[in-house]
Amino acid sequence: METHSKKMAEVKLFRTWSSRFALRIVWALKLKDVQYDTIFEDLSNKSPLLLQYNPVHKKVPVLGHNGKSVAESLVILEYIEETWKQNPLLSEDPHERAVARFWAKFGDEKVLPSIWEAFNSEGKEQEEGIVKAKENLKYLEEELKGKKFFGGEHIGFADIALGWLAEYENVFEEVASMKVIAEDEFPLLSEWKRTFADAPIIKENWPPRDKLVTRYQAFRETNLLNKAPK
Amino acid sequence: MADEVVLLDFWPSPFGVRLRIALAEKGIKYEYKEEDLENKSPLLLQSNPVYKQIPVLIHNGKAVCESLIALQYIDEVWNDKAPLLPFDPYLRSQAKFWADFVDKKIYDLGRKACTTKGKEHEAAQKEFMNCIKSLEVELGDKPFFGGETLGVVDVSLVPFFSWFSVYEKFGNFSIELECPKFNAWIKRCLEKESVSKSLPDQDKIFEIFVDIRKKLGME
Repeated sequence: METHSKKMAEVKLFRTWSSRFALRIVWALKLKDVQYDTIFEDLSNKSPLLLQYNPVHKKVPVLGHNGKSVAESLVILEYIEETWKQNPLLSEDPHERAVARFWAKFGDEKVLPSIWEAFNSEGKEQEEGIVKAKENLKYLEEELKGKKFFGGEHIGFADIALGWLAEYENVFEEVASMKVIAEDEFPLLSEWKRTFADAPIIKENWPPRDKLVTRYQAFRETNLLNKAPK
Repeated sequence: MADEVVLLDFWPSPFGVRLRIALAEKGIKYEYKEEDLENKSPLLLQSNPVYKQIPVLIHNGKAVCESLIALQYIDEVWNDKAPLLPFDPYLRSQAKFWADFVDKKIYDLGRKACTTKGKEHEAAQKEFMNCIKSLEVELGDKPFFGGETLGVVDVSLVPFFSWFSVYEKFGNFSIELECPKFNAWIKRCLEKESVSKSLPDQDKIFEIFVDIRKKLGME
């Protein structure tokens, strides 16, 4: 019991209300029933504590645990997995772990940027962006064959990393008036989005949709303006 | 059952060198298969359908792609010798953070520092040196990032050594003069057989860069 409470002591999460990367950490901590304090950061006015906890990248999320800090969401997820072993997010099998990590990385390096690119475009440029995004999404569709989640029967590391697709991607589609993950083209991914978004813990922690829409509308306007020929 | 380990690789790739070093450190026997990137083998395309890139580690028929992921895999499977990651979760997270930092920064910035001109070149070089300085701070007084032995950060970073002397020449700076601590770390790594035997020929790497610069119209 003493060890358990020592581990539970002093867990802090630095986040913003909207960060899809910080949301991963919220999910992981809550799925493992870890108590923590939240510190909401204003990124235009970063707290001294944040700068102390993440001097290299100065970003959120950062996890503080007993005074020590861990940055980079996928690194934090692994730290959480190793520190709190209940409700594991990764398989014990090394190859399955490597596969989960691969899809998490693919999501961040390919899927997210390609969808973001399409989001920040219009007309023909957007059409081309959507084609590129779909090429990436096809791999995720393939990976879901015969599985409820990327983690199999239960939510795993890759689901958490890709989880933004289940809500933020909907917001992107709405704000940019585009359809990327269509039911007929991506039946498995569409179903996964619904199942994941509605899963216990996950569904209670989405940021307010209307606020996300407003936020991303503002982003898109600024980004399109910056792109326009001067 | 004997382990069957195959490495699909391309001789100049620093990402491939990472795996060569790790496999050597752990004394793992493997078959090295050189890929012609202009004419990729069916095995490569089948093993890494998403990126179609090297390196790919194939262990008993199962493929592991992405070099940092493969390093972790190697460490988890062959966990009886030469650990690349520490035991403590916090220290492991720091090692993973810095390996990720190397991935995000060193390759791109180094490349930019010697394939661009003017303001872009200056900016890339400045940021590159700042990254090296950050890494020096992280290294501290330890002989290696992994402590007394090579860790995942050492293995991730040292393959870029082949490129450092190129960066220096075309970037017009000296790591030895500006970052002596880093330079000392490089020398210690080179004393390790697993490292020196895995690095590609320095001169050949230089030729590749001269070629790239020619194609970019810089020579």
